[in-house]
Amino acid sequence: MSAVETPRFSQERLEEIQALVARYPGARSALLPVLHMAQEDFGYLSLDVQRHVAEVLGLTLIQVREVVTFYTMFREQPCGTYLMEVCTNASCMLNGADRLVRHMCDKLGIKVGETTPDGMFTVTEVECAGACGGAPVVQINNEYHENVDEAYIDRFIDEARGKGGKA
Amino acid sequence: MIPSDPKQVTQICFDRIRIPNQRRLEVARANGAYRFLPTVLNEFTPEKIIDEMKKSGLRGRGGAGFPTGLKWSFVPRDTGKPTYLLCNADEGEPGTFKDRDIMRYDPHLLIEGMIMAGFALNVRDAYIYIRGEFKREAEILNEAIREAYAANLLGENILGTGYTMHLTVHRGAGAYVCGEETALIESLEGKPGRPRYKPPFPAVEGFYRCPTVVNNVETLATVPAILEHGGDWHAAIGVQNSAGCKIFSVSGHVNKPGNYEVPMGTTLKTLIEEHCGGLRHGSVPKVVIPGGSSTPWLTAEHYEVPLTYDDMVKAGSMLGSGAIIVMDETTDVVAVTRRLSHFYAHESCGQCTPCREGTGWLERLMLKLEAGKATEQDLEVLSDAAEHMAGRTICALADGAAAPVLSMLKHFPDEVRARLVEKAA
Ligand SMILES: Cc1cc2nc3c(=O)[nH]c(=O)nc-3n(C[C@H](O)[C@H](O)[C@H](O)COP(=O)(O)O)c2cc1C
Ligand code: SF4
Ligand code: FES
Repeated sequence: MSAVETPRFSQERLEEIQALVARYPGARSALLPVLHMAQEDFGYLSLDVQRHVAEVLGLTLIQVREVVTFYTMFREQPCGTYLMEVCTNASCMLNGADRLVRHMCDKLGIKVGETTPDGMFTVTEVECAGACGGAPVVQINNEYHENVDEAYIDRFIDEARGKGGKA
Repeated sequence: MIPSDPKQVTQICFDRIRIPNQRRLEVARANGAYRFLPTVLNEFTPEKIIDEMKKSGLRGRGGAGFPTGLKWSFVPRDTGKPTYLLCNADEGEPGTFKDRDIMRYDPHLLIEGMIMAGFALNVRDAYIYIRGEFKREAEILNEAIREAYAANLLGENILGTGYTMHLTVHRGAGAYVCGEETALIESLEGKPGRPRYKPPFPAVEGFYRCPTVVNNVETLATVPAILEHGGDWHAAIGVQNSAGCKIFSVSGHVNKPGNYEVPMGTTLKTLIEEHCGGLRHGSVPKVVIPGGSSTPWLTAEHYEVPLTYDDMVKAGSMLGSGAIIVMDETTDVVAVTRRLSHFYAHESCGQCTPCREGTGWLERLMLKLEAGKATEQDLEVLSDAAEHMAGRTICALADGAAAPVLSMLKHFPDEVRARLVEKAA
């Protein structure tokens, strides 16, 4: 995860990417899945990572950049060990999502979009997560937590801190 | 088991959804999955399948309600180009969460439906475009697909019938507009998801400019039952012009939110009171958004409306994706509208001026109104902007953005006026 070395996919990943490309009429189609892999492997999509992805798929940097900036799941900046994405769209709002966001921010001493100084938690608001029957919904590192309340968040944060910052 | 008497049918897609481990091939097969597939591949012609689909009266469950059999019949057969089948699993319309349950609890139902659809359309390569956030659901689908390949239900020469189809799960990355079928195609080509001008329609020129059919998860998951029991059987379920069952995703202020599949024609009131345990406060809802956040609002006046395509239009709205958001008397409709306006402003792809500018205006004015700072004149601009966005753009996102604002102004003029700066002061 260190940003010092130039990021490179592992040999295993490269083979996976090759197999993936073969499933589409054109290599460019593999861009979104490969960016997901890159984000998983390198934490976020720095310009270096984007250059590497372009090279691996035989695309121009601009073709990669326009996709990275279009889609909200792709991040060009690092985030906390725990990325907590609260859905505040209609059904979650009707079930107290705004109160939940305020509670999380107060507890962590940050504003929406910020990361705690120890680099552990980032809180963001997101659009409908497609799980409104379990509102309010919080995605933590891409895992769905449903019917979340303040006590649940408190427990989660305390336990995460107890683990000393490892996700 | 789905009854062969159409009058006895109460659910189709969810028939096996509560069976533990139904996501595993072994269990799914023991409960009838893929049972009828060999008959379809060996004995049905593509023409017969399309004919049964037309007879079935099935209409697309993704939102637009377009007749599925008719859509399939538009695909040209002699272009010399491959035909692609894309399953729309983007599920981004606020309030909608039905496709997720099919995919995570009964993925083989979707896969079977896609094989049958693919066979009817002479498809070699099919894709499931699933919203990026559904990572777990994508993993479940991938596991189910691995099992299906191992059992020769997918891949080369399926079950020795000579038909070959490959199926790939493709994750999006967070963009509501990619649920629009031409934006989905752009996205699947590795580009930003900006909707295309139509015509040409995807059936003629879609994925890599080849004939392409895009269908919603629930639509495709209905195919196996239709082919097994026949188009006439399906047409006899539900009511005229709204055949079959429909999954309704109910959320908001009800006691038991969740997905409920019921025969079309069931009333909104029955769904909310008998299935969802009624409202949290009061006896009638203040607002019901019946088909996802992009559809016009209904109020208490329409509480007994039958859930059908036609009755929804008569009531001034749309059945949409079947996502019902219920709001009780405690709801601040101005705040909800402001939140939805933010959503559309955030999700507009920016290609069309009325949408790009209009969604921004709506959000700014709604923020002002919510804060008690809007004037009479602001209200006029708000209503004007909303009225002029709809119908003038490449895709329907702009119409969806206008719907909540116009609904709020229409149904709650007094509440809105009470928030104006003169009154609020
Ligand atoms: C802005 C926008 C978002 C859409 N999102 C979805 C979606 O998430 N899922 C879906 O199935 N259809 C969605 N649609 C509808 C699709 O364009 C298309 O009509 C549908 O996938 C066709 O499948 P069906 O005929 O089986 O319903 C959306 C349409 C628009 C305009
Ligand atoms: S209506 Fe809006 S979202 Fe749709 S194509 Fe135009 S700008 Fe993009
Ligand atoms: S509104 Fe929050 S998950 Fe749909």
